Amino acid sequence: MTSSLADVASSNATLRAFLHGLPGVDRVGADQRAATLGTRSIKTTAKAAAIDLAIRMVDLTTLEGADTPGKVRAMCAKAVHPDPGDPSVPKVAAVCVYPDLVAQAVESLGDSGVKVASVATAFPSGRSSLDVKVADTALAVAAGAAEIDMVIDRGAFLAGDYLKVFEEITAIKAACGEAHLKVILETGELATYDNVRRASWLAMMAGGDFIKTSTGKVQPAATPSVTLIMLEAVRDFLAATGRKVGVKPAGGIRTTKDAIKMLVLVNETAGEDWLHPDWFRLGASTLLNDLLMQRQKMATGRYAGSDYFTLD
Amino acid sequence: MFEYAPAPESRDIVDIKPSYGLFIDGEFVDGTGAPFKTINPATEETLAEVATASGEDVDRAVRAARKAFGVWSAMPGSERAKYLFRIARIIQERSRELAVLETLDNGKPIREARDVDLPLVAAHFFYYAGWADKLDYAGYGPGPKPLGVAGQVIPWNFPLLMLAWKIAPALACGNTVVLKPAETTPLTALLFAEICRQAELPPGVVNIVTGAGETGAAVVNHPDVNKVAFTGSTEVGRLIARSVAGSGKKVTLELGGKAANVVFDDAAIDQAVEGIVNGIFFNQGHVCCAGSRLLVQESIAEELLESLKRRLSLLRLGDPMDKNTDIGAINSSAQLARVRELSDIGEAEGAERWSPACALPERGFWFPPTIFTGVAQSHRIARDEVFGPVLAMLTFRTPAEAVEKANNTPYGLSAGVWTEKGSRILWMADRLRAGVVWANTFNKFDPASPFGGYKESGYGREGGRHGLEAYLDV
Repeated sequence: MTSSLADVASSNATLRAFLHGLPGVDRVGADQRAATLGTRSIKTTAKAAAIDLAIRMVDLTTLEGADTPGKVRAMCAKAVHPDPGDPSVPKVAAVCVYPDLVAQAVESLGDSGVKVASVATAFPSGRSSLDVKVADTALAVAAGAAEIDMVIDRGAFLAGDYLKVFEEITAIKAACGEAHLKVILETGELATYDNVRRASWLAMMAGGDFIKTSTGKVQPAATPSVTLIMLEAVRDFLAATGRKVGVKPAGGIRTTKDAIKMLVLVNETAGEDWLHPDWFRLGASTLLNDLLMQRQKMATGRYAGSDYFTLD
Repeated sequence: MFEYAPAPESRDIVDIKPSYGLFIDGEFVDGTGAPFKTINPATEETLAEVATASGEDVDRAVRAARKAFGVWSAMPGSERAKYLFRIARIIQERSRELAVLETLDNGKPIREARDVDLPLVAAHFFYYAGWADKLDYAGYGPGPKPLGVAGQVIPWNFPLLMLAWKIAPALACGNTVVLKPAETTPLTALLFAEICRQAELPPGVVNIVTGAGETGAAVVNHPDVNKVAFTGSTEVGRLIARSVAGSGKKVTLELGGKAANVVFDDAAIDQAVEGIVNGIFFNQGHVCCAGSRLLVQESIAEELLESLKRRLSLLRLGDPMDKNTDIGAINSSAQLARVRELSDIGEAEGAERWSPACALPERGFWFPPTIFTGVAQSHRIARDEVFGPVLAMLTFRTPAEAVEKANNTPYGLSAGVWTEKGSRILWMADRLRAGVVWANTFNKFDPASPFGGYKESGYGREGGRHGLEAYLDV
C-alpha cells in the first residue's frame, strides 16, 4: 500500500473522507452495464474453455448446521474428481467449510492440490467480539486452512464506524499468517452500490487478498451488478497501489450460464489477468453439477439425466 | 485468453426476395423508375433489387392514401387501435426476422437491432394504439380531426424505428400515409408492408414508395399531401421547409445534432464512461442525437480519458451478425467518405486523434471508434455533425462555461449531464437548449417521451402525447 493510503486509516474521519470521496456508482447505469455484458453469446470452443475454467475456479462449499465429517469427506472426493467417469475434468480450486471441519477436509484432500478454505469470524453474521473472531480464525488456520473467508462487521460499517471494520480485518489478516484472506462484504446487507464500492476499498486497504460478495445466507447475493462493481474496485486498486486483489462472487450462482456471465464480467472489467483461480473464484455448491452436465453435452452432443452426476 | 468464438445469428429466418416492388393500395406493384440495388454494408453483397417510385407512382400512392383516408378516419378510434395493436403484436412475433433483416441491410450489430430497435418499434405501436380511442383526452379539445394524407420520409440509421415513429401516431390519429424509406435501407419497410397485409390493414392506409431523393421530393411536394414529416439531414430539411412554405402543409422536421455530453467531476465515473460510449458509439454514431461532443470538467479530464481509452479497447468491431459485435459497419461508402473527410479535417486542425488497435474487415465500410482530444469550439469536428463513431473531447472549468459551450452550436437536439448532484442536473436542464436532456444516462428512448429539436435540429415533437399534435388538425 502506498504511504498516502496508509495514512487514510489513521482515524475514522480520514477513512470516511477517503471512502466517501470515491466516485459514486449510479445504480441504473451499473445494472445496465451488467445486463448488457450478460447478453454476450459464449459458444463452442469459447464455451468449452469457459466451462473448464469455471470448474477450476469453484470453491465447493458446504456451510450447514447439519454438516458432518461424512458429508465433508464426500464433498472432498467430488472436489478432486468432479466427474468419476471423465478424468479430463479439472479439479476445483478449493472446498469451503466451517472451522471445526477443516481438519477433516485437510485429511480428505491430502496432496490433491485442492485447497481448504474455512469461513471464520462468527460467520455468517459476524456478531461477536474481536477476540472470539481472532480465536475462530486461529482455530481454522491451526487445523490447516489455506484460505480464510471472514465476514465484515456490517453493523459497524452501516453505523459509519469504518475504522472498526478496518481494524478487524487487519487483526484477522494477522491471525491468518500464511493463509489467504477473503473478506466477505455481504453486499445484500450493505444495500447500496456506493457502499459496495466503499467496503471493497476498505477491505483491500486493510489487507484482504480477496473480496467476496456474500455469505450465501442473505439475499440478494452475488448479483452480476455487485460483482461488476467489485471488479472495478480491484482494477482501480491495482492502478492506485500496485497490489492485485482477487474477487469471489458467492451465493446464487447455480447454472453454467450464470458462471459464464461472471467470466465475461471479469474479462471485460478487470481484464483477462483476473481469469485465473488465483484471482477469481466462484463460491457455489450446486453449480458444479450443472457445469459438468454442460461439459458432457459439449462433448457428446446430448444431455445426460441428473442421475448421471453425483450428488454429494 | 478468453476469446469469444464466433456467435453468428442465422440469416435463414429471413427470406430476402431477389426484387421488390412498391406497396400501393395494399398490393405490391412494379415501379416505373429504374430499379436500384440495396447492399449489405458489412460485405458489399447485393441483397435485393428495389423498385424506384417515379412521380406517377407517388401520385398513385397518394391517391390510394386519399381514398383510404375516408374509411380510416371515419373508423372509431377503438377500431383503429385494434389494427395497431395487431401490428404491434406481429412485430413482436416476427421481431427476430425483422432484426436480422435490419442488420443485413443497415450494418448495425444484431445485438442492437434485437435489443434496442425492435423492442422500441413494437413499444411505439403499442403506445400509439393506446391513444387511438383516447384522442378526446389528449388536450386538444373534443373530437380532434386528423389531417389527411401524411407524406413521410425517413433516414437509414434506424430504418424500422423511424418508420414506427412516423406511422404509428399518424395512423392512431386517423391519417393515412405514404412513406419513403431511405434508399440504402428499404428492406424492413417492405417487410413491414407485408405485416400490414398480415394484419389486414385496409388497403391504402399505409403505402411504401422506395427510391432516392427524387422520390422523396415527389412525396413531399405532392399537392394532395396534407402533412410532411421528415427525419434526416439539416440540409435536406431546409430544402423541404422551403418547398412546402405557403402550401398549407403541416410540417415536422427532425434533423441533425451535435449534442454535448457534459461530465462533471463528481460524476459516477464508470457509468459516465459507459454513457459516453453509448452516446457516441451506439449504432456506429449514426444517431442524430449522438453525444458527439464530450465536455469534461478539466480537473478529471485526464483520468476520464484514460478510462475511456481502456473501455474503447474492449469494443468489438466486426461482423454485425455476430451476437457479440459492438460496432458494426458504416451504412454506405458515401457516409464512410464523409466520416473520413471530417476526421482528416480534425487532424489537420490540430486535434489529436486516437483509436484503439482494431482490425477492420477487408470488405465493407468500416471506421474504427475514434476520439479527438485537444478539440476547441472553433474546430469543425466540434461543430459539424459527423454522423459516425467519432467523439470530440473538450474541457470546461465551471458549470456556466459548460452551459455556454454546450449551447454554442447551431443544433439543439439532445444533451447529457453527468453528476451525482441532483440540483445541478436541474440547473443544467433549465439552461441547456436541447429537446432532450438526459441525466446520468444517454440515448434512452421511450415512446411516451417526446423527442425533437431546437434551432437547426428541426421543429415539432415525435413521441408521447406531444407527438399527436403533429398529426391532428389543431
